[in-house]
Amino acid sequence: MVLEKTFGSKLFDVLLVVFLGGTALLCVLPLWYTLSVSLSENAAASAGRVGLWPVGFNLSAYQEIMGDSKFFNSFWISIQRVALGASLNFVIILLLGYPLSKNAAVLPFRNVFMWILVFTMLFNGGLIPWYQTIKSLGLINNIWALVLGHSVPVFSVILVINYFRNLPKELEEAALVDGAGPWQMLINIFMPVAVPVLATVTLFSIVYHWNEFFNGLVLMSNADMYPLQTYIQQLVVIIDAQTMTAEQIQKMSELSNQTLNAAKIFIAMMPVLVIYPFLQRFFISGITLGSVKE
Amino acid sequence: MTCNMKTRGYAKHYYLMLLPGFIWLTLFSIVPMFGIVIAFQDFNPGLGMLRSEWIGLENFKYMFTLNDSKSIFFNTIFIAVMKIVANLIVPLVFALLLNELRISVLKRWIQTIVYLPHFLSWVILSGILLDIFSFNGPINAVLSMFGVSPTLFFARADLFPFIIVGSDVWKEFGFNTIIYLAALTGINPSLYEAAAIDGASRLQRLRSITLPGIMTTIILLSVLSLGNVLNAGFEQIFNLYNPLVYSTGDIIDTWVYRTGLLNLQYGLATAMGLLKSVISFVLIAASYFLAAKFANYRIF
Repeated sequence: MVLEKTFGSKLFDVLLVVFLGGTALLCVLPLWYTLSVSLSENAAASAGRVGLWPVGFNLSAYQEIMGDSKFFNSFWISIQRVALGASLNFVIILLLGYPLSKNAAVLPFRNVFMWILVFTMLFNGGLIPWYQTIKSLGLINNIWALVLGHSVPVFSVILVINYFRNLPKELEEAALVDGAGPWQMLINIFMPVAVPVLATVTLFSIVYHWNEFFNGLVLMSNADMYPLQTYIQQLVVIIDAQTMTAEQIQKMSELSNQTLNAAKIFIAMMPVLVIYPFLQRFFISGITLGSVKE
Repeated sequence: MTCNMKTRGYAKHYYLMLLPGFIWLTLFSIVPMFGIVIAFQDFNPGLGMLRSEWIGLENFKYMFTLNDSKSIFFNTIFIAVMKIVANLIVPLVFALLLNELRISVLKRWIQTIVYLPHFLSWVILSGILLDIFSFNGPINAVLSMFGVSPTLFFARADLFPFIIVGSDVWKEFGFNTIIYLAALTGINPSLYEAAAIDGASRLQRLRSITLPGIMTTIILLSVLSLGNVLNAGFEQIFNLYNPLVYSTGDIIDTWVYRTGLLNLQYGLATAMGLLKSVISFVLIAASYFLAAKFANYRIF
């Protein structure tokens, strides 16, 4: 790359660094602010005196959470949901992705299956029929409603299909010569090769199941079954009050325990922050690899 | 071809592999599709779909007499279209600027940071936003330094759609740069070198090399976003709105939720949901068709 040395160009470079750095900062400042509020005195927080540094540093909000059984109950439900949901998604995505990566000569009606899959991604019956179906399956207040509720992650299946389709044909031929059956082929040959894309879709599953709150809200009628995001949603968000005035809303937010809520929010985003470095490493390559087609 | 011959007997195993996924798909995606009959019924959950009274298009007729429906359609399209435009342009500009950055360590750090909000839930981000935009919050504090008197942002129906679009761009712009950045790395660097030798300025290179190089990507993303015209973002609005901003912030999805699951008007809510599903499906199918025809795009 040839570098210019004009003054204008150098000035542009400096402004560029300032602007891009500033924008990036804007993405994390709100998260930092929440941490700062969670570590402050509640009085200072509700008076709006907390900025980017805690006022009256203390850990009492976190100590209070330690003794909050409802919070931990929801946390545990979320953990179970992620464990069950991510494992089930992994198996189903692999079992759908592998055969559907074969062509129609090997798998008759392959295209019919593909169209059904894509159709369910593009069209749905809407909220009420979906809710009624899950209700008639008897899954209300059952953790399996959270695990199964959103059906097959079709987009992830398509990523895996495209990944398998781009693998060299020699891979399968060599395994056939060695006498591998269809299941050995999948588990011993194709699964290990697909680690990048499988890691990507699994991380997507984990983030989805951790972040999802709406199924928890409508499918769990018992608050003891709420996953963590639904629990937080109930705490933080202004609950439906048709008659509330602006002053009442303001008063309610002042009365609520801001530091405690901030601490709960911060703990709820911790798992995502912890897996983010891994997520980061995989998702770009996973997305670009899976979306390139022959 | 020899490969196909040898694996032909594998078909039954392949069907076995597909079985669990398609059972799941049937129970939770396909069965609910038949539930759209509720839209044509005076649905009574006690009687179920088979025995509830059929009333033809009554639910749809009633829906169009409601004042609500006009405003929720307007709000949905207004917010969704603003989001589509902003989410195409802001990431493009950011990607182009990031592409000009020559310090690669800094570039990687900035990318890592701006992708982060995409992975946080709207529940978490709404909790944070409601706090930041509260009466005593930091936004009002900063504005008051410029002599603007504090306001209750989330009680202001006039500002609500713009706060929604702004916060959505804030959450997603970083993640949306990925595709543009991938397209930018596909441009042959020797083009830039040749242009620099010819004395082309940065702006000239942007106009004659960079933009033409990623034009296909820009067009493709624009066409595919057509399918989102009725998607204003349920999770975000559901967590940020309140009755004071219903006039500008209530969208189809939030209305369906309240009408169907809180007020138990099943038929009416299903009718509205069905209308949305059908229109969205037509738009998405059209966008895929256009993308396949003009940009040679295939989803599988």
